[in-house]
Amino acid sequence: MSAETNPTYQAVIGLEVHIQLLTSSKLFASDANKYGDPPNTNISVITLAHPGTLPRVNKQALELAIKMGLACGSEISQYMIFDRKNYFYPDLPKGYQLTQDRTPICVGGSIEVVTDQGPREIKLNRIHLEEDAGKSFHPPHTNESLVDFNRAGTPLIELVTEPVLHHPDEAYQLLSEIRKLVTFLGICDGNMEQGSLRCDCNVSVRRMGETALGKKVEIKNMNSVRNVRRAIEKEVKRQIGQLEKGDRIISETRSFDEKTGGSTSMRSKEEVTDYRYFPEPDLSPLQIPDDWLQSIKEAMPVLPKQLQLQLEEQFGFVLEDALFLTDSVEMHNFFDQAVKQFPYPEHILNWLKGPVQSVLNERGITISQLGLTTSQLGELASLTAGELSFSVAAQKILPLLLEDPSGTPKAIADRLGLLGSSNSDQLEPVVLEVLETFPDKVNAYKKGKKGLLGFFMGQVMKKTNSTVDPKMANELLSKHLN
Amino acid sequence: MEINRETLLKIAHLARLNFSDESEDEMLQGLNDMINWVEKLHEVDTEGVDPLTNMSQEVNSWREDEVKSDISREQALKNAPKKDEEFFKVPKVLK
Repeated sequence: MSAETNPTYQAVIGLEVHIQLLTSSKLFASDANKYGDPPNTNISVITLAHPGTLPRVNKQALELAIKMGLACGSEISQYMIFDRKNYFYPDLPKGYQLTQDRTPICVGGSIEVVTDQGPREIKLNRIHLEEDAGKSFHPPHTNESLVDFNRAGTPLIELVTEPVLHHPDEAYQLLSEIRKLVTFLGICDGNMEQGSLRCDCNVSVRRMGETALGKKVEIKNMNSVRNVRRAIEKEVKRQIGQLEKGDRIISETRSFDEKTGGSTSMRSKEEVTDYRYFPEPDLSPLQIPDDWLQSIKEAMPVLPKQLQLQLEEQFGFVLEDALFLTDSVEMHNFFDQAVKQFPYPEHILNWLKGPVQSVLNERGITISQLGLTTSQLGELASLTAGELSFSVAAQKILPLLLEDPSGTPKAIADRLGLLGSSNSDQLEPVVLEVLETFPDKVNAYKKGKKGLLGFFMGQVMKKTNSTVDPKMANELLSKHLN
Repeated sequence: MEINRETLLKIAHLARLNFSDESEDEMLQGLNDMINWVEKLHEVDTEGVDPLTNMSQEVNSWREDEVKSDISREQALKNAPKKDEEFFKVPKVLK
């Protein structure tokens, strides 16, 4: 349910997306930026805020942030400072977070999303750099919390949209697009479950035609793009329900509950959120030199949108297929590599979107986790571009390839006797044998019971263990029956 | 600018400071004296002057993205008032 099912209300949604940058070290210190290590092993005196330590900016983090800005058509700030955002929480050792309040590294810009309503440019407010906090754990049955500072100081960019989204699906499409962008740019791994990409949603509703914004509620802790859509759907419904009852909306932060799709109140924003931002005196200002900015521009990778157009133009693929191949950087790279080795684009596409994608869905993995090589798939495609039957290869060869990563499609096909003229030579005696076993049915067929062809096919398949090309079997049967 | 009791208590809360009711007057007086003293700076004409955010004149004091580890977990946990072998321990906080 969203506002459009209740035409008297309009939902207004803005996203704040936190994107962990793929640097080797932290934003202001040299300890490793790495997920999944034992607690408190990627730390330093700067990260832990020991007295007398001074932060220094990681140049690579600036470059990755600038890349995102360029991809979104933002204006890049060539002069910047950092600001302190002051609050107390145990996972924030300094008692303030270093962020950019006054001079975000990227200003404005937009990202195109395509929904049922057609394409739309979603305007961005800003993208700024900041440091991540540590992680707290709250084990039950004790009155203590545990803190791990491995994540503290990890470079983040926070992308803030204007409050211009009106449908949960727009938010879903936008976040999908952002995830695609950051992975194609290679600036973030886009993993929402591990928290390297996080999305907070600001949601409010207002009566249709009103221009003032309603009280906004922030929802946090969604661990997938799909759950962002669910959370917004429920929140819009909840707010409309409140207003219809005559209650007012309280400006607050709510935490998403994966089980119900709803959310529970975390803290009221009306209480105390006074962050008292002020310029960080421990960091000198940054001035991005023109020639550096220029060289970042020149080294920008091709973006998914352009890749999609290239695929349509170069190979004549339809939009749906081009979108499939550019849905993730892994899939696109796989296709690209396979086509370079085996020039059968159409066949490679069919393999990827059919049998390969269904294995990926089944196992819930990505193509780089599958263990299939681009040359294996390319060779498969070259065989099915020839005489090898696609359905037979998908049933017989692909499973064996996935079991034995060192196998080659050609060797497996040879072993199973699926290739070459010998195949036809071997098949003919089988066909004749089947026809000789069932003289009555052959007579019935000749008298007009053409449906018996299926019966003969079934017999041939049984005798050959389904290793033959159905098309070839069909041709041979027809030849001998008529 | 006059600091009133309400502002004083708000600042105290934000800084997580506790003081007794008796010392409130003293705090209020002290804070107002400080603000008044700094307010003298308003007499300077700063029209068209960018705010100074850093005392040094240098820019781009950045570092290359290289990993160097400076302390071990054991060393890091050494100064913590409460800890176990892996974590810093703090009074229970729940968001």
